[in-house]
Amino acid sequence: MSGTRPEQSKLYHRKMPATWWLKKQSYFLFMLRELSSVFIALFLVVYLVQIYQLTKGPDAYIAFTQKLSSPGWILFHVVVLLFAVYHSITWFQSSAVVLPVRLGERLVPRQTVTALHIVAWAVVSLAVLILFLALKG
Amino acid sequence: MSEPTITLNVTRYRPGKDSAPTVQSYPVPYREDWVVLDALNHIKDQVDGTLSYRWSCRMGVCGSCGMMVNGVPKLTCAAFLRDYYPRPIRVEPLANFPIIRDLVIDISDFLDKLKSVKPWIIRKEEKPVTEGEYRQTPQELEAFHQFTQCINCMLCYAACPVYGLEPKFLGPAAIALGYRYNMDSRDQGKEQRAVIGNHDGIWDCTFVGECSVVCPKDVDPAAAIQRSKVDTTKNWFQSILMPWGQR
Amino acid sequence: MAAEKTTEPFWWGLFSAGGVVAAFLVPIQIIIIGFALPLGWISDGGALYRIWWVKLYIFVLIVLPLYHWAHRFYFTLNDIGLKPIGKLLAVLCYGGAIAGTIVTAWILLKV
Repeated sequence: MSGTRPEQSKLYHRKMPATWWLKKQSYFLFMLRELSSVFIALFLVVYLVQIYQLTKGPDAYIAFTQKLSSPGWILFHVVVLLFAVYHSITWFQSSAVVLPVRLGERLVPRQTVTALHIVAWAVVSLAVLILFLALKG
Repeated sequence: MSEPTITLNVTRYRPGKDSAPTVQSYPVPYREDWVVLDALNHIKDQVDGTLSYRWSCRMGVCGSCGMMVNGVPKLTCAAFLRDYYPRPIRVEPLANFPIIRDLVIDISDFLDKLKSVKPWIIRKEEKPVTEGEYRQTPQELEAFHQFTQCINCMLCYAACPVYGLEPKFLGPAAIALGYRYNMDSRDQGKEQRAVIGNHDGIWDCTFVGECSVVCPKDVDPAAAIQRSKVDTTKNWFQSILMPWGQR
Repeated sequence: MAAEKTTEPFWWGLFSAGGVVAAFLVPIQIIIIGFALPLGWISDGGALYRIWWVKLYIFVLIVLPLYHWAHRFYFTLNDIGLKPIGKLLAVLCYGGAIAGTIVTAWILLKV
């Protein structure tokens, strides 16, 4: 069974502008989520540069840490932290969609799965902090 | 005493006559219980018989009447005038599809894609009727049931920016449909649905998630796509790290 | 339609792993490195980076989210209309992550 296709030459094709993601709030938030990966990567590069200072001696490391106390760098880290937290929250929400959790017969609601991820996130963060304090010497 | 009215701004396009779509403004009676489809039918019956659009069941099961209502993909039989009154309502053809005429779009790409995922039970060997029916537990049914609810209304394609940017993308409904069969315990045809794991299948999707937001039947195609990514990735790593015992 | 040979699952796997690492472990790291140390809430001379399993942790913390960035940013650049130079973008993004992997390993080994 085949239908007739419409006359291709008379079809009107609407173009999608490169600014499509500015037209709708949900698209804009999606783009912010995607861009969070850029800020996370930037932070990790800065962190790597800080660790690299240790190959130049302990004074270089401390001097670099001092540099990070300037208002410009503090602002940078505020922005980075906001994006990183946005990544975390949206990632945990996505995880709940991708990996359905079953407790016996029932499906655990997505909000609960997300909340449990956030609790685990808090626990892990605390563990990292404690380990850092214990090891730093 | 004059009846309250609401204005519909409707896309018009005459193939072969117009170089681009235009907008025509129609005041229609405002009724509390009317949906946008009722308003369009009023225009067609009483005001302008040249207006073209698709519709059928008017109760949200046939998937025919999908259009953009104030920029949002909606079934016009489910979009109540009272949710927009007194402001005017913009009615446009479903986004990301070519326009044939007025509010009617070309759906052939969509139909081709549905067919490409082989949406039927595929058996390695057909089970003869004499052997009886296929049996399925409630859990086995639950594994794919929500993905059977698709009414092919294409709102998900209109909401998906990836499909808007890349017409070769297989798209939410087609992938969800393929997933529905892959998850059906009676089916043995996963390898034949390889189009899902191809580059313009699941891998074009960036999980914007708008498809599931607009779906009138809660099919959740976004979930089907992401779960397919997990399954495909697991299989890929297994085939690389443990190439023996290929199932 | 036949199955294409694609390495997409490999990159998506790395993207996912990087996303998990970034989600759970990066925020606290930002708080430590971006605020606690520079503002003097904690003092640290960098001695812990000599411990082998700390190096391993830092390697995972830095490298996996780089692949997460590479995959996500590549698709984002495609989505804003740069698809015509897609091949170049792939080299820059995934190549950048690979370069970052090597540089990170080299630095951590040197410390």
